[in-house]
Amino acid sequence: MLTQILIAGFGGQGVLFAGKFIAYKGLFEGKEVSWLPSYGPEMRGGTANCSVILSDDPVGSPIVSNPDVLMAMNLPSLDKYEDACVPGAKLFIDSTLIERKVVRGDVDAYYIPATKLANDAGIPTLANMIMVGKMIRESGCITFDDMEEALKKVVSAKRANLLEVNLKALKTGYDYEG
Amino acid sequence: MAEKVLMKGNEAIAEAAIKAGCRHYFGYPITPQTEIAAYMAKRMPKIGGTFLQAESEVAAINMVYGVAGAGFRVMTSSSSPGVSLKQEGISYIAGADLPALIVNVQRGGPGLGGIQPSQSDYFQATKGGGHGDYHLIVLAPASVQEMADLTGKAFDLADKYRCPTMLLADGTLGQMMEPVEIPDVEVTPVEKPWAVNGTKGKRAHNIVNSLYLKPDQLEKTNFERFEKYKQIEENEVMYESFMMEDAEYCVVAFGIAARISKNAVVAARKNGIKVGLIRPITLWPFPTEVIAKAAEQVKGFVSVELSMGQMIEDVRLASGCKKPVLLCNRAGGMIMSPEEVLAKIDELAAL
Repeated sequence: MLTQILIAGFGGQGVLFAGKFIAYKGLFEGKEVSWLPSYGPEMRGGTANCSVILSDDPVGSPIVSNPDVLMAMNLPSLDKYEDACVPGAKLFIDSTLIERKVVRGDVDAYYIPATKLANDAGIPTLANMIMVGKMIRESGCITFDDMEEALKKVVSAKRANLLEVNLKALKTGYDYEG
Repeated sequence: MAEKVLMKGNEAIAEAAIKAGCRHYFGYPITPQTEIAAYMAKRMPKIGGTFLQAESEVAAINMVYGVAGAGFRVMTSSSSPGVSLKQEGISYIAGADLPALIVNVQRGGPGLGGIQPSQSDYFQATKGGGHGDYHLIVLAPASVQEMADLTGKAFDLADKYRCPTMLLADGTLGQMMEPVEIPDVEVTPVEKPWAVNGTKGKRAHNIVNSLYLKPDQLEKTNFERFEKYKQIEENEVMYESFMMEDAEYCVVAFGIAARISKNAVVAARKNGIKVGLIRPITLWPFPTEVIAKAAEQVKGFVSVELSMGQMIEDVRLASGCKKPVLLCNRAGGMIMSPEEVLAKIDELAAL
């Protein structure tokens, strides 16, 4: 199986962090993985994005131009990448920040008020991981088991409390019905 | 066996260099290779090594020249405009027959250009770059694992042949993360009787120099150096051959362009076109014989490059212009999609 994931949002929303977590989780599940960030001036104020590929075979091009999974954390990201998604793609939309609906009829759209859920849960910086939780449940590209193992690779050991709140965010997203 | 971890290509180069026994790094920050310098700044002081951010790229390469002359494993890294600045020093290091590693994580040019990935320093890396008759051994990784593996290899080749080597990567490979395993290697110390490391009153002093005012002597050093290059060309060519056994068409690409091309080759095969890929891993020495042999087998070539077409000249030379060679290229930091490569393969097949 090959899953090409594109995560996009504003710089500071944890787009790269979320991607790194997904890549590590894939690695621990024995998949071939790659993670490629956008880099450069566009990271300030504009859209930041990262390509994550999970595959049973060695990864060819690490660039995701036509995602199977799009996680859009802001409106410019949805505007920019909606048309690029493959037919049948799964689109995850932070509906707190993106008011419009997906226009295309040949993709599955999931609307998660991730920023609001994060604020309500007292973890305002973790809308990204709420999105990841929902994405795991709906796409099945990785499993929801042993989340801690992969989290430990991306969260500093000195700040163990972050482990707990990230787990909480993942679970919030995974359990969100809507 | 070391655990597989996710690392950026730039970090993998730095860690592999340390594992290969490099304890001296001199550099100057420039996107998209700055993580190499950052990694070295963090690690070198902890292991008794030297990290120094020089006042310029010119200073950094001359510090490399000095440490190489003293017989230690040493490296510098930069990106395209910075590597242009280093060319004088690189020529001196080649002229003094010293081992050193220069890393170029390429970005778009010419001039200050941009910061996105490119392969447009191919000519500079493989045809000289600085003044005078010389070559660098040029290694072109195509994955984060190879960024690490070829770094170790580059140090070994530099010591073996007493010549500077270059790792020619690009912004994508520098910035992307992939699982990588960097095993601890036993570094066998290389005898360097030529090093200027103090005579201790026991031997005549060594001289490390690239200045020969008598032309007959200078000519002699040139001919001797090219004997060495002949050995390198005979012994050190590296390449990957992918689906070439029954291929009627051949894509030639290195680095990140080779990975994109692989997707296109697989897609073309599904459409019934018998195409394969030759990926040069050493850009100098170029796999000339391999391309020449392929020219007997296939109906044509596509050279896929992130430049206006530089390696294509070597493909044409190697194939003796016997078969058509098409160019599939993007420039300035843009990257072609597998579909663009596929379209070019279709164009070749329709000729």
